[in-house]
This record gives sequence, structure tokens and C-alpha cells, in this order.
Amino acid sequence: MTDSQVLNLKVEFGGGLELLFDKKRSHRVALPSPPSSPPDAAKKTPADINFLIHWLKDNLLRERAELFIENGTVRPGILVLVNDTDWELEGEGEYVLQEGDEIVFISTLHGG
Amino acid sequence: MPSKTCALCHSARPILKRPKTGQQICKDCFFKVFETEVHNTITEANLFRTGDRVAIGASGGKDSTVLAYVMKTLNERYGYGLELFLLSIDEGITGYRDDSLETVKRNQEQYDMPLKILSYDELYGWTMDRIVSTIGRKNNCTFCGVFRRQALDRGASALNVDHIVTGHNADDIAETVLMNIMRGDIARLGRCTAICTQGEDTIRRSKPFKYAYEKEIVMYAYFKKLDYFSTECIYSPDAYRGHARAFLKDLEAARPSAIIDIIHSGEAFEVKQEVKATQKLQQTCKRCGYMSSNELCKACTLLEGLERGLSHAVITDRARQKLDAEEPPSQAMRTIPYFNLPRAPGVTS
Ligand code: SF4
Ligand SMILES: [Zn+2]
Ligand SMILES: [Zn+2]
Repeated sequence: MTDSQVLNLKVEFGGGLELLFDKKRSHRVALPSPPSSPPDAAKKTPADINFLIHWLKDNLLRERAELFIENGTVRPGILVLVNDTDWELEGEGEYVLQEGDEIVFISTLHGG
Repeated sequence: MPSKTCALCHSARPILKRPKTGQQICKDCFFKVFETEVHNTITEANLFRTGDRVAIGASGGKDSTVLAYVMKTLNERYGYGLELFLLSIDEGITGYRDDSLETVKRNQEQYDMPLKILSYDELYGWTMDRIVSTIGRKNNCTFCGVFRRQALDRGASALNVDHIVTGHNADDIAETVLMNIMRGDIARLGRCTAICTQGEDTIRRSKPFKYAYEKEIVMYAYFKKLDYFSTECIYSPDAYRGHARAFLKDLEAARPSAIIDIIHSGEAFEVKQEVKATQKLQQTCKRCGYMSSNELCKACTLLEGLERGLSHAVITDRARQKLDAEEPPSQAMRTIPYFNLPRAPGVTS
């Protein structure tokens, strides 16, 4: 894996989610490329938000994964923003990440 | 697929998909439409009159923080002529409420509103910390809920306000509808969707965010960079509610209108409920003067249980009567200060 395959991202957690991630709101993340699928080894699998979610779970999450991830995506009730835009406008989990992107995860589930 | 321009102004770049309508809208239009919808909810339900003194039940959490901000904005923009206050209840939960009250204190300065904090400790002589260390973690939310309700009324009466507004949003109300269905509590089903409730003598309470989706409240707080506190109570919310919430979020993910549809279902029960409501006569608690449908109000009953070290036994009326027959309550027992009703609205001192 070469350096050019790493994406530098800013990842933020809010609404109580930061408690699962070392109690830190803001993280700098160097995201490695996803492994390419064997039959298509020549074709690169793009790093999308779904991949980032799994990577965060395996690398940054400190406790209670079930509060963050469910059925392969974020748990319902967690809002995601891509560069300050609702991810629902950006293809949700299939949004392909770009160098320098800012991704924000906010839980809505905590008391009012 | 993302459209290039906002569905409302047709010029700016959209930043949000509205759960209610599916529209893709820009930041300015989002602020405007969110605020205008709350304004419409307020005017259509005739919630306020000019000169009303209104307390915002403030927990430091997202909903009440956004509510305080929006109430202040609308009061100025549309000239409601309201006097706004922040009212916070300190349940006495170390590591949770003490931190969230710091947020409310900052809000007091940011929004320039007088703040009143009333604690369980001063009102009941018990903090939630002590209640939980005495009765454990099973019924703590029952105690807390009953105590909070009465504390809010008493705080409001101390501020001499006409009205309490709370940050309950559409998701909260839909969740309560579901819970009442699951419990078979049809009597509560209609009442829980009412935007404004007022018993015989109680202070009016209303929910200006009744039709506001949680997603939009959180997005509003995010884009306005509002300062709120978001930690779960350390005495874990009751699991049943947690399930109802998760279920609701799953429904919403599949079909965003589910929230409003559930509220409408609850509202359909409202009419029948009115007939029932008159059947149980309200009276005042013989011990503390708070409104009650029995001789003793719920808070006095629960407090007596705590004081007598028999909390679990006193939760039902029948159990308490049995207890009284065996051993009458001691005179030295801690009771709640007598509740004097606030002056009727419109009567000034
Ligand atoms: S979770 Fe229960 S104990 Fe904690 S603040 Fe809410 S009602 Fe009170
Ligand atoms: Zn617009
Ligand atoms: Zn009483």
C-alpha cells in the first residue's frame, strides 16, 4: 500500500457519540484504501462512507459498537453530514470519499 | 439524487433533506421554514396571549436549547409580547445534571433570560442519587418523573408564570403514542398528543415542537452552532422506552412520514378521551395541596414510601392503605411544602 492510497479526513462526533470515541469530538483520520475484491483485483474498490463506518468501528471506537453501527451502517437516529451537507443528499453510505473531506456523525438519541 | 438547487428558493445549494416532505433545501430556507412552522403551530393553537409570562422547561439538552433559541427569535420577530424565563429542575444526579445545568447557565447569558433552578433536594429532601442508592435502579424513573412534574409546576408558580413550554418533539410524541399502545393505555393515548394541556388548576403546558422532527431540531442546533449538552442519564433510561425509540427510528428510516402518521393516530383518540376526563374528579392533595386524583398526590405517596423505607410497597394506593392500617406515618416524616396555586392568569399583584 502506497501513501497515495491514504485519504486524509476530518471526522467529528456529536450528540453524545463522542463518548464512544475516546471522548474526543474531532479526529484526524488517515483512511487506508479498502482491500480490492479478488476477482476484480485490477479494479480498485472506492473508499466510501460505508467503508469509513466499518473502519471507524475497528480502529477508533472504544466501546459499545451497537450504539454506532447496525446492519452494516450507522444506527438509525444518527445523522451524518458530508462537508456540512446531509448525507441523504450525497448518496448516503455510497458517497465516495475525497481527500480532505469532513464527515460529521451526530446522535439524535440523547435526551432533550 | 441530489438536485443542484434548493427546492424553495431555487438558487442556493441544498444542505438538507427534510424528513417531512423529502424536499432538498438550503441553509437559509431551512432556518426560515423551521422557524415559520413552529410559529404556525403556535398561532394555530393560540398558545399565547400578549403579556404572558412563559417558562421554558430547560434541561440543557438539544430540544430545550433549540426551543429557548427559537422562542426568543419568534417572540422578537413576531412581537408576541412574551416574558420568557428558563426553568430547570435539578434532580441531583452527579455527573449528569450538574454538567447539564452548566449548559443552562450559559444559555441564560447567551439568550439573556432569567433562570430559576429548583432542586429535588430542596423540594423533597431527596436527590436522585440518594433515591437510587436507596431503592436501586428499577423504579427510579417513576420517582423521577412524578417528582419532576410537580417540581416544574412549583417552579413555574414561584416564577409566577402563566405557561410552561417544553421541548417535546414529534418523535417524542410518536414514541409516547407507541408506548401507550403497547401498554394498552388508551386513556392516555389521546391526551399525550395534545399540544396544550391544562387541568382544572394546573399551569398550562404546551409543546411548540409537537410537529418538529428530531432530525431537524438537531440539524438546526448544528448549523446554528447552539450550545447543548448530550449525555445520557447515568441511571439508564428505562429499557422499554429505548426499544420504542429504536423501533420508531427504524420505521422512520423506511418511511419518514411514519412519525406524523403515528401522531395523527393518537389524535384520533382525543375526542373520546374528553368524555372520560370528566369522570375522574380532580381534588387537591390533603398533605401538600398539589392537584391530585386521590387523597394523596403521587409525589406525597412516593415520598412517604422513601421516608418509611418501603418504597416498593407504596407505589399502589392499596398497598399504602394497608400500610397505614398497620402503622400510621410518623409526624417527623419529611413532607413537601404546601403548594399555593399561582394567581389566575390576568390577575396582577
Ligand atoms: S433517566 Fe430516569 S432517573 Fe434519569 S433523569 Fe430520566 S427519569 Fe430521571
Ligand atoms: Zn433556499
Ligand atoms: Zn401531595
